[in-house]
Amino acid sequence: MSAVIQYILYLAVLIVLAIPLGAYIKKVMDGEKTFLSKILTPCENAVYKVMRVDKDEQMTWKKYAVSVLIFSGIGLVFLFLLQLLQGVLPGNPQGLSGVKWDLSFNTASSFVTNTNWQAYSGESTLSYLTQALGLTVQNFVSAATGIAVLFALIRGFIKVKTDGLGSFWVDMTRIVIHILIPLNLVIALCLVGGGVIQNLKGADTVSLVEPIAVSADGEILENAEIDLEAGTVTVDGKVVEDAEIVTEQFVPMGPAASQVAIKQTGTNGGGYMGVNSAHPLENPNAFTNLIEMLSILLIPAALCFTFGKAVKNKKQGVAIFMAMFICLALALGSIAVSEQLATPQLAQDGVNISMTDQAGGNMEGKETRFGIATSSTWAAFTTAASNGSVNSMHDSYTPLGGMVTMLLMQLGEVIFGGVGCGLYGMLAFAILTVFIAGLMVGRTPEFLGKKIEPYEMKWSVLVCLATPIAILIGSGLAAIVPSVADSLNNGGAHGFSEMLYTYSSAGGNNGSAFAGFNANTVFLNISLGLVMLFVRFLPIIGTLAIAGSLAGKKKIATSAGTLSTTNAMFVFLLIFIVILIGALSFFPALALGPLAEFFSNVI
Amino acid sequence: MKTIKNILPKAAIIFLIFTLFCGVLYTGVVTGFAQLIFPDKANGSIIEVDGKKYGCELLGQQYTDDGHMWGRIMNLDVSTFKDKNGKTLMYAAPSNLSPASDEYKALVKERVEKLRAANPDMDETAIPVDLVTCSGSGLDPHISPAAAEYQVARIAKANNMSQDEVRTIIDKCTDGRFLGVFGEKTVNVLKVNLMLDGILK
Repeated sequence: MSAVIQYILYLAVLIVLAIPLGAYIKKVMDGEKTFLSKILTPCENAVYKVMRVDKDEQMTWKKYAVSVLIFSGIGLVFLFLLQLLQGVLPGNPQGLSGVKWDLSFNTASSFVTNTNWQAYSGESTLSYLTQALGLTVQNFVSAATGIAVLFALIRGFIKVKTDGLGSFWVDMTRIVIHILIPLNLVIALCLVGGGVIQNLKGADTVSLVEPIAVSADGEILENAEIDLEAGTVTVDGKVVEDAEIVTEQFVPMGPAASQVAIKQTGTNGGGYMGVNSAHPLENPNAFTNLIEMLSILLIPAALCFTFGKAVKNKKQGVAIFMAMFICLALALGSIAVSEQLATPQLAQDGVNISMTDQAGGNMEGKETRFGIATSSTWAAFTTAASNGSVNSMHDSYTPLGGMVTMLLMQLGEVIFGGVGCGLYGMLAFAILTVFIAGLMVGRTPEFLGKKIEPYEMKWSVLVCLATPIAILIGSGLAAIVPSVADSLNNGGAHGFSEMLYTYSSAGGNNGSAFAGFNANTVFLNISLGLVMLFVRFLPIIGTLAIAGSLAGKKKIATSAGTLSTTNAMFVFLLIFIVILIGALSFFPALALGPLAEFFSNVI
Repeated sequence: MKTIKNILPKAAIIFLIFTLFCGVLYTGVVTGFAQLIFPDKANGSIIEVDGKKYGCELLGQQYTDDGHMWGRIMNLDVSTFKDKNGKTLMYAAPSNLSPASDEYKALVKERVEKLRAANPDMDETAIPVDLVTCSGSGLDPHISPAAAEYQVARIAKANNMSQDEVRTIIDKCTDGRFLGVFGEKTVNVLKVNLMLDGILK
């Protein structure tokens, strides 16, 4: 029962917080006054002064797109070099060496594209300088880029017979200064109060209550008798030569909370630690978890309401929100049931998976403090949004639970999706929907008073199909490269699922993983890096092209012949189109992976 | 070409400004406030008694003594981290195993047998699932109240204590749900063991 209450509360709190934030974002982007203007607007204006930009500049869609590309390109090069050179730069108390070129490229692409896929493990690979100056900064600006492009599209709907979509520089500055920095300052401090680390010290060590004996080849000796004073290890009465006695534990340190806050709110997801928000120092309890988990969907959900307000059609915002919300609730329900039921292999004779005095269910890869309810909710949120942070290991989910997380990414990350990009992706699906629906009933397709014509359709199709194309071609190629098989952690159908999940994650700009898969090889680093860049920037160009074209059109008055895009019928059609494209593209692949595993091993 | 020439310097300047704002100032301000208001938590919640660091409250360790409470199954990592003197440090990782394979079934069976052998008083009682599974971080510091209760008889016998004394210690180390609703009830295994050893009161 308490599990059900948790699920409902998580969803309810999300809506309650998203509505006022949505209104705030609308005000900020229109340059209206807010309760923070007194402090922040002077900072904003100072940036314009230093940059010498005109606050009222109106860029054409091409100029806007070139600005996005150049800005992202600079970020890519900077982050790539920062990692290569971290060994000789300051801010590196662990003395870590520079990152290898292929891993650097992968991580740089991953953070610039708001994917935040982790082929690296933070605590053993990246210096504090790289984390703060490289990753944290990209977490902010890649999120801001998504929101900026969304606003360019919104202006395309609002404006009439003009070619200006606003200024990319002004949009970015407003988003970072008025929205992301204040929000994350508050969240980061709440996280530290909850127990997330935030310091600039080198890693610490603490004593082990029970020392561990390790043989000379690095094998752990079980049932060993350890004599600490003499320094000898005895197994079955025989002294083991050259055995090492491990008496201390590694405790990672560093500026984690500040990065965790923005990686959650910016739908980035790249963790400070290798195991992301499952790590107790990154997410120590249900309080920090609540904050981190709500942060995943906070801005993407708020933007639906912002959109409604901005196009002066609140019902439209609500309709889009409902389409996303219904899909999310269905996905969450399926994951939750599947995880609570566990698998026959786990629920064997002698194992208690009941819900009495414990979470029960499939606890493999899940933390005790989160149990099934909180882990499943996070899994649904993080794959619905293109966040990709995890608080449990998706690789160890039941076949069907794991399949739903994969499907949420394969749908093109439009069930809320990434900040900004989820909504502009969904709007491309909405354009597709009015077109198909219009054809069916013989009406001219129009959306928010703008006629939808072949030009918009071509780009919308590209935006909607970029993800399936990237995932299917990417995983198809990887499946025929022999060396990829060495990266698998599980055998059989689950091994295939690991690879499919990897490309789905990169192709949806999500960043979560079936983490048993070792993605740190030259082929995978490069191919995944390219996939991430493709699915990020092709839709951005497409969205801006649509925006530019829409802005140049006149507004048509609504008539009796206009197809309503705010009623339940439209919501249903939109969900139908999203699922149709996703399911048709991925059913064969899913049948080889999670479905095969389910039918052969679970029933 | 002209547009690119025009845009490039602006993009570079704004990138520098954001690097300063988000990388340096934001991280710095959070670190400053964190160290000022929550110094303990910001520095890793380490349990220090008389100058010795007895463990990190938030990181699990492996326990195999009958007199200690056992935690989640651990997948120890003794190859990644070394201290300054080259001594190996313990860390751990999740298993990332599929819970639906035959290998997994055999693995769980083995764990069940080991736990049954170590807890003869519990007879055929089914074992709470968190004792036979590896956690998400690999470093889960907690187990469920059911998993703690399963071990009470063994711990009491090995330490010559009454079962009620063990339960009192467990109660002291048990945290409820946040606001009574969110998350799960947990027992901190390290704290229980430090209390059993008389290090924590």
